[in-house]
Amino acid sequence: MPQHDVLVIGAGLAGQRAALAAAEKGASVGIVSKVHPVRSHSNAAQGGINAALDPQDSWESHAFDTVKGSDYLGDQDAIEIMCREAPHELLELEHLGVTFHRDERGRLGKRAFGGASAARTYYVADITGQAILHVLYEQLMKYEEVTRYEEWFSTALVQDDEGRIAGVVTRNIRDGAMELFAAKAVILATGGNGQIYDPTTNALICTGDGIAMAYRIGAPLMDMEMIQYHPTTLAGLGLLITEGARGEGAHLYNAAGERFMEKYAPNKMELASRDVVSRAEQTEINDGHGFPDGTVALDITVVPRKRIHEALREIVNVGRDFAGVDITREPIHIKPGNHYVMGGVHTDIHGQTPIPGLYAAGECACVSVHGGNRLGANSLLDTLVFGRRSGEHAAKAVRGMGMPEPSRSSLQDEERAIQSIVGRDGTGRRVSELKAELGQTMDKYVAVFRDEAGLDTALGIVRRLKEEAQDVAIDDKGTVFNQDVLGALELQFMLDNAEAIVISAIERKESRGAQFRTDYPDRNDEDWLKHINVSVNRAEPELSYSEVTMTQWEPQERTY
Amino acid sequence: MADFKLKIRRFDPESADPAYWADYDVDLPPERSVLDGILQVKDREDASIAIRCSCRAAICGSCGVRINGRSALACNTRIGDAAEGGRDGFITVEPMGNMPVVKDLVTDMEAVHWKKVRRVVPWLVPAEEPPEGQEYIVPAEAMLDVTQAMACIHCGVCVSACLSLEVDPDFIGPAALAKAYRFVGDPRDGEQEARLRDLAEDPHGMYDCTHCFACVEVCPKDVAPMNQIMRLRRRATGDFDIKDQNNGYGHEHAFVGIVERWGTNHEAQLLPRSFGDGSLVKGQLSPSGAQQLARELPTALRGLRSGKVAPKKVFLHPKLPDQKQVRRIFHEIESHDERIELNLYIVGEMAGDEEGAMAEGSQEA
Repeated sequence: MPQHDVLVIGAGLAGQRAALAAAEKGASVGIVSKVHPVRSHSNAAQGGINAALDPQDSWESHAFDTVKGSDYLGDQDAIEIMCREAPHELLELEHLGVTFHRDERGRLGKRAFGGASAARTYYVADITGQAILHVLYEQLMKYEEVTRYEEWFSTALVQDDEGRIAGVVTRNIRDGAMELFAAKAVILATGGNGQIYDPTTNALICTGDGIAMAYRIGAPLMDMEMIQYHPTTLAGLGLLITEGARGEGAHLYNAAGERFMEKYAPNKMELASRDVVSRAEQTEINDGHGFPDGTVALDITVVPRKRIHEALREIVNVGRDFAGVDITREPIHIKPGNHYVMGGVHTDIHGQTPIPGLYAAGECACVSVHGGNRLGANSLLDTLVFGRRSGEHAAKAVRGMGMPEPSRSSLQDEERAIQSIVGRDGTGRRVSELKAELGQTMDKYVAVFRDEAGLDTALGIVRRLKEEAQDVAIDDKGTVFNQDVLGALELQFMLDNAEAIVISAIERKESRGAQFRTDYPDRNDEDWLKHINVSVNRAEPELSYSEVTMTQWEPQERTY
Repeated sequence: MADFKLKIRRFDPESADPAYWADYDVDLPPERSVLDGILQVKDREDASIAIRCSCRAAICGSCGVRINGRSALACNTRIGDAAEGGRDGFITVEPMGNMPVVKDLVTDMEAVHWKKVRRVVPWLVPAEEPPEGQEYIVPAEAMLDVTQAMACIHCGVCVSACLSLEVDPDFIGPAALAKAYRFVGDPRDGEQEARLRDLAEDPHGMYDCTHCFACVEVCPKDVAPMNQIMRLRRRATGDFDIKDQNNGYGHEHAFVGIVERWGTNHEAQLLPRSFGDGSLVKGQLSPSGAQQLARELPTALRGLRSGKVAPKKVFLHPKLPDQKQVRRIFHEIESHDERIELNLYIVGEMAGDEEGAMAEGSQEA
C-alpha cells in the first residue's frame, strides 16, 4: 500500500502547487492524476494571472474589484488573502522560471482584463496557464521527494471510523490494478465539472470527480448554482477565445453592426465582468439581434497585427484551425459558453474542508473567493494561492501523526463496483448518450437565463439519468487503458455535480452574479446575501446556508 | 452513406492477437477533426478504442497519432483534409512512431519522450539568487524568444516523426532539445555553457540531428524544434567555442575561410583546413589534425579519382572574377556586433511593417 503524509489528487496548477508546498515543508508527498500532469486543464487558462504588483496599484483595489465581481457573494477575508498574497505568488513563479512577458525595461509587463479597475494581469503570450503548468512540472521533476502517480484514476475517498480521512482508492489506468493509498491528509485539486454542459470550453477530463467524491462522504458543496458562462466561445465546439482579446481592445458587435455593450455597461464596455457581458450577448441573441447561427461578433482586427501575433497567438491558431477565420482580418462569431464553476467543496482559508484531513484547492474548491462571478485571471491566482496554502497547512497539520490504516473493505467495494460495470450484459443506454442528454439539458435550462419551470425540468432529467447511469452498456471488458469503464465512473461523478447545481439554482430565488432568474430578476440582499450549501444526508441531498464574510465592503449596486 | 471512412490500427495487449486494422464509418462535416471522428466511433459503435484526448483544441497535447502516415494531433487535423490525403477512400489512424504502443492509439510517452526530457536537466538553474521582492530583469526579446520553446505542449508528434530517432533511439530528440533551448536561451539560467557542453559531448546529443525538417513540418504549435537545435549549436560555437565531435565547427570555419578567399569551394584545401579549425598549416602539422587527415586520405583519393578534385586546381584554385563582391558581403555580415537570431516565431519587428507581422506557420498569403 503506497503511503504518504500528504496525497494530492489532481496535477493541474492547484495540485502541483500544493504538492510542491507540502514537500517544501518536509512532508512525504504523492500526487495522483488521471492524466499526465501537463495534460491538465490549467493549460487552457490563456489570458493571465492577476496581481497588484505595480506600486501604483493596491491589493485593496484588486480585492474590491473581486468583491464587486462576485456580486458581493465572495467571502471577503479569503479575497483579501488572495489579493494580498498575489504579488508574492507571482514573483515566486517568475523566480522558478515562468517566462512572463516583459516591458521595454525588462520588467514584468501587464495587460487589462475584465472587471478590473487597473491593468494588473501578468501573462505569457496567451499560454499563461500552460507556461506556469509546465514550469511547476519542471519543479516536480526536480524534486524527487514528490512521488508522481501519472494516469491513476481516483474512485473514492476513504475515512477511518472517526470520520477522518485515511486514504484514497485508485485505479492504475495503465494496467487496471486497483490500489488503496494511505494518507494522513488528502488534497483534492481535481478541477471543474464543465463536461456536464454541452458545449463547454472545458476539456473532456473536467468531470467534477473530486467534487463528487467529497460530496459522497458528506462534505458540503457551496455556491454550486454559480456557473460561469464565458462571453467569447466558438459556437458549436465551445472552444475558448481568451478575454485577453478584449483586454487588448477587441470589440463586440451584433448583426446590425452595433457595439451593443454601450447599452449594458457604458463605462467598462467589453471589459465589464463576465456575467454582465454574457447576459448582454445572450439578450442580443434572444432578441433577434444576433447572427443566424446564434452568435454575435468579436472584432479583434482593431488590435494592431503585430500585437495580435505577439500576445494573442493561440487565438490566431484557434480561429484558423477551428473556425476557418483569420482573426487579424475579420471578426469571429462567438457566444456565451459554459466555462467555470465558482462553487465547489467548501473550504476555509487554509483549504480545509469540514471533513478532518480533507483539503480542496482550485476550481473544485469554494473558499469562496469568486462568489457569484469570477473575474478573468483570478482563477490561476486562486489555484496557486490556495494550492500553496493547502499544501503548507496539510504538511504542518500531519506532523507527528501516525500513518492511518484505511480499511481494505473500501478497496473491495470499489473493485466490486467496477466488476459489476464491466460484467454487465450491455442492455442499458450508452455512456455517450446519457452524457449528451445531460449536456444539452444543462445548457438549455441551467445556463445564462434560468427559471423555476426549466430548473425543475432539468432536475427531473438529471434524476432519471442517475437511474439510467446505474446500468450503462460497456463495450470494453479489458483492464489495460479501459477508458470505457472510466467514462461510466465519470458519468456518475458528473450527475452528482449536476444534481447539486440544479438544486442550488432552484433554491436561490434571486438574481446574483452568474445566476439570473427570469422569475426573480433582482438581487435580493435581504433574503439571499448568503451561501447555499448542499450535502448528502442519508443518500439524499440536503440544503443549508452559511453567512457571507464581510470585512470592509458593504454591498452596493453593481454597474460597469 | 457515411461521410468519411476511418481505418484505425487496433491493438489489445491482453489478447493473443497481433495489431490489426479495423474500419469505421463517420458522419461529420469536413471541418470537424479526425479526433471528433474517432470520438464519434467510440460514442456510437465501440467505446473500447483507446486514445488519449482531452482539450479538443490543440492545447493539452494528448492526441498525437499518425494520420495517413503523417504524425499530427488528431484534434487539429480536419477530417475533410485527412480524407484528401487518404488512400482508397480511407483515413488511416495509427499510434505515433518511435514509441512502444500500450493499446490501440495510446503510446508509452513515459518510456521515450519524458525520459528524454528529464535527460536535459529540465528546470531553471538560476545564475544568481532571485532579487528580493522583485522579478529578474531580463530583455523583453529574450522572453519572447524562449516563448517559442515554451509553446511546446509535449505531444510527442515531433518525436514520432523524427528520422534520426528512427536510426538512433538514444538520440535526445527534437522535443527534449527544444526544451533544452528553453533554458539555454533564458538569461536567468546560469548553466548555459555546461548545458551546451553536455549536449555537444553526448554522441546522441544536439549534433545527432540531421536537419531533415520533419519535426518542423509536423509540430502543431510552431515550436520548430529543429530551429531550436540549430540555435543550441550556434550558441555553442558562437558563445563558448564548443567544438562538435563531427568536426562541423572546423569544417564550417574552413568553408567560410575558403569562400572568403576564393569565392568558390577549394576542394583540395577543405579537408586539411577542416581538421585545423580552418587553418591549412594547423590542419597538416598539428598531431591531431594530421592524424585525422591521414584517416580521411581514402576520401581524398576517391575525390581525385572521380574528378571532384582536379589535380590542376589542387595548387592553383582560381578566384571568382568579382571576388570583391564576396568580400563586401563578408564585411557587411561581420560588421554586425550581435548575432542575428533567426527567430521566426514572432517577426515583423521593424516599425511600420504591418504586413510583416506574420507568425511562422500562419497560412496567410
